[in-house]
This record gives sequence, structure tokens and C-alpha cells, in this order.
Amino acid sequence: MARNGQNGQGAISIRNVTKIYDPEGVHVVAMQDCSFEIAAGEFAVIVGPSGCGKTTLLNAIAGFDNITAGEIYLDGELISSPQKQIKPNVDRMVVFQNGALFPWKTVMENIIYGPIVQGRMKKSEAIQIAREMLNQVGLNEIESKYPEELSSGVQRRVEILRAMINEPRVVMLDEPFRGLDAVAKTVMHEFLMNIYCTRPRTMFFITHDLDEAIFLGNKVVIMTTRPAQVKKIVCVNMPWPREHHILGSETYLGLKKEVLEAVHEEAKKAFEAGEREMA
Amino acid sequence: MNYTVKEERVALNRPKLRIIDPPVFRAIIGILVFLGLWYLLTAVLKLPRFKLLPDPIAVIKEWVSFKPLSGRSLFTKEYYLDIEYSVARTLIAFLLATIFGVLLGLFMGWNRIFYDFTFPMVEILRPMPPLSWIPLAVLIFPGVEIAVVYVTFIAAFFATVMNTLLGVFSIDRNYFLAAKCLGSRPRDIFFNVIVPGSLPFIFTGLQIAMGLSWMSLVAGEIIAGQRGLGYAIYEGSSLYQYEQVISYMFTLGILGYISSAGIRAVGRRLMAWEARRRGV
Repeated sequence: MARNGQNGQGAISIRNVTKIYDPEGVHVVAMQDCSFEIAAGEFAVIVGPSGCGKTTLLNAIAGFDNITAGEIYLDGELISSPQKQIKPNVDRMVVFQNGALFPWKTVMENIIYGPIVQGRMKKSEAIQIAREMLNQVGLNEIESKYPEELSSGVQRRVEILRAMINEPRVVMLDEPFRGLDAVAKTVMHEFLMNIYCTRPRTMFFITHDLDEAIFLGNKVVIMTTRPAQVKKIVCVNMPWPREHHILGSETYLGLKKEVLEAVHEEAKKAFEAGEREMA
Repeated sequence: MNYTVKEERVALNRPKLRIIDPPVFRAIIGILVFLGLWYLLTAVLKLPRFKLLPDPIAVIKEWVSFKPLSGRSLFTKEYYLDIEYSVARTLIAFLLATIFGVLLGLFMGWNRIFYDFTFPMVEILRPMPPLSWIPLAVLIFPGVEIAVVYVTFIAAFFATVMNTLLGVFSIDRNYFLAAKCLGSRPRDIFFNVIVPGSLPFIFTGLQIAMGLSWMSLVAGEIIAGQRGLGYAIYEGSSLYQYEQVISYMFTLGILGYISSAGIRAVGRRLMAWEARRRGV
């Protein structure tokens, strides 16, 4: 039940992607023959054991890193292959695991940075839109603060707003709520859902939290242990916007069992592989 | 005086009147302890290696004398002329080192090819003591004045380059990636990520560079100067006027302290985010 992305844009096609780090030396196969599709406007959540290659895939889609084999398409356009790699741009916005708000810019300066350097908006126009966005999510008081004066939860919200003001085709979030407590996570989920409903975009969301994955996503992609492949894709057919009471519903519990079984099997394999590497 | 219970509580909670800030008070205590030890060693105990040194009272007397034996005190024109020469040389050398050092460090950190070209040469030149440049500086530059400034510049320059370079290398890779995602061109990244991101290291480097400037300046003035604080210290030493030597050493210390404080103040202004984070 994907929401239409911006003018139906943002469809990602990952076809037989392989990534080998240091092929001549250590030869670490991070991904092998990985394929799946994300429809335009879909909220895809990627889960899998630590170090399985989820971030590697994100880096390849974002244009931060090349791939060894296979192809990645965005709306039918080849964006990554061993021969071609389109550089990072505003079409594919990334929200980083440890946060990447510029500490030397205020909240307002961070949010309006993109539209101004792209020459897409005048400063006054960008400020007006940024204020509207901050007002919508109740953060209107913080525009002149520096990121380090804010809690990590608020920093993550600002970073998501900074991504959204650029109207990207895809927003990629790499474990954005890692390290937040349960209460803060609930607020963040509502915030992200609100953003997704009001400004629908294709979402590529990496997490380890299965509740978060099922609550937010309409497609949960479970990856195998390294080298990453798709183990299972679970479709979450629950209506939007979702409220937290669905976490107790039968549909939800059934989905969680399905996801948990697939993840548990991979986690065991990852643990055994880790033991072998340590030995 | 009859207080009600409430009034009494208010009176107890009232902040104590402080005539002087605790940090300033501690600083004064520190200075007094230093002067006391100095006095003890030179005037009271008169230990073998210390008895020839003037005690602090003799130094202060000479420093504030209207008719100093050395001809230089707070009330003579020569004293301020010496300060003027030294400050001018240091400022010129420091400003040049800041401009060229920061630019070179930023470009080395920004461009890998430029780094490959320049880093080996910087690393070879950097350990050379500034004073070893004096013979060459006297040969290259017309007159002694520029040679002294050049020696002072060399000391500050490499400290600035290295700290700026480290500053660029210390910037989190994610800021570069985020800037690229947001549509930055290379010059946007230079001005919006590289320059502000390396400022904390640059200002640490500038403080070190300022200290090194003063040290090299004095050495340069002793060897090749004709005026200035360093030259006056050398002259005082030759004439056994140790009161003047010590008063000039303290003058240098005070000037160094003021210049470092100036750099910190500029840093606080340019790095408002750092100042707010630390609550200063």
C-alpha cells in the first residue's frame, strides 16, 4: 500500500548487485547477487544482522561507493554499475547513522543550505518554507540554535527536515533512531509518519528494531548474513497513518513472528560466523 | 533585628557578596606564591646558585623607576620603543604566517594531489630550527629587519600549516557526504565544510604559532636585531643589568599572554557554536 511518491518518482531497482571490498587483497564479499525492487513512494525497511551489508547497499544507491557487479536503477535510469556511478545529488538524500547536521550552522542555516547552494530558492523564500516546516512539527522555537544545543532526537528531526526541503526522490535513513530511548523513538516514529504522509517520498530505512520496521514500513526486506542477499520480503498491509496501539493487533503480531523467525535464523548464522572469525 | 522565618530563609539564601571573581583570586594567589618563592630563594635563603639573581623587589623597583640604572623602565621612551619594534615584527610575521599557513594547510587537506606535491617538502622544512635560517635570511633579504621578521614567520608558519591540515583531516567524512547530497559544488564544500570544520584546530594552531613567534623573535633579535625586547635582553645581559633582563622577560610574557587572549577572543567570535556548546 505504497503512497505515490513525488509525481510517482523514486522507484529503485536493485539487480544482481555484488560488492567486494579489496578484491585483490583481503577480498571481503559484502553483497552477492542481491536483487529487489522498491516501488515509487514505498516505505521500504531493510533489516538484517550487523555488518551484513545494509549500509553498503545504501552507499551504493546514494553514490558514495561503487559496486563490483550488477546494476542499480532509479526510475529506470542506471545510477550505479561497475562502469558507471552517478555522484551523490539531491535526488537521493541520506540521513546518516550518527547525524550529519553541520555543527557550525544553526538549525535554520542547516535546513536552508541545500536549496540555496543548488540555486533553487532565494534565501528569504527558503527561510519561509523552512519556518513552515518547523512550525508543522512544533519545532519553531529552535531555528537559531546550534545542533549541539539540541537533544539527539530533535537533531534527527531537523536532519530529516533538511533532507525533505530538497524534495528528493528517495530519502535514505541509516538507523536514524539508534541510541534513542523507547519514548523518544515513539515520538520519532510519529514525526516520520507525519512527514511521510504529508510529503510522500520513497523511503529506504535501515534498522535493527523489528517493531520499528513493521510499524513504519510497508515492505520489510530481510537480508541474509554477509554476503548480503535478500532472504525474505514481508509486505505490511496496514493502513496509514498508523498508531501505536496496532503493536498489539493480531496482524502485527503475525507479521512480527514471520520477520523474527527469518531474522533469528540469520542472526544465529552471523553469530556462528563471528565465532569462527574470532577463533 | 527580628526576622520572620520566611525572611530568615531569604537572608540565608542570598548570594554572598563577592568582591573578586574566584578564578581571578586564584590567579593572584598563584602569582603571589611564585613571587614569594622567588624572593625566598634570592633574598632570604640566598642559595648558592640563586644569590646573584636580583630578587623581585629589585626588579620591580628598576621596572617602575623614573631614573633606571639600565636606562629602560616603564617611564622611559626606550622601553616603549623596544615594545613597538618587537610587536610590529611579531604582528607582521604572525599575520603573514596566518594567511599563507592557513591557506596552504586548507588546500593540502582539500586536494589529495596538492597534498602529495607539498607534504614531503613541508615535512623536510618543518623540523629545521628557525634560527638556522638566519644566515640565509640575512643573505636573501635586504637589511636585518626583514631577516628577523622572516625567522619569526618561519616558526609560526609551520605550526599553522600543520594544525590547519590536521583540522581538515579531523572533519567527519559524513559532513562531506551530506554536503554532496545537498547539492554542493566543490567551492561550496570548501567554504561551508572545510573552512568552518577546521576552525577549532586552526585557532589552536594560531595560539601555538603566536607563542613560537615570540620565542623566535627574541632569538632573532638577539642574533641579528638592532632594537626590540630581545635585543635589549641581550644588551642587559652583556652589561650585567639582570633587573632589566628580568623585567623585559616579564614584558614579553605579558605581551604573549595578551596576544594569545586576543586570538582566543577572535576564535570565540568566529566559532559561536563552540562557545555556546561550552557555555562561554
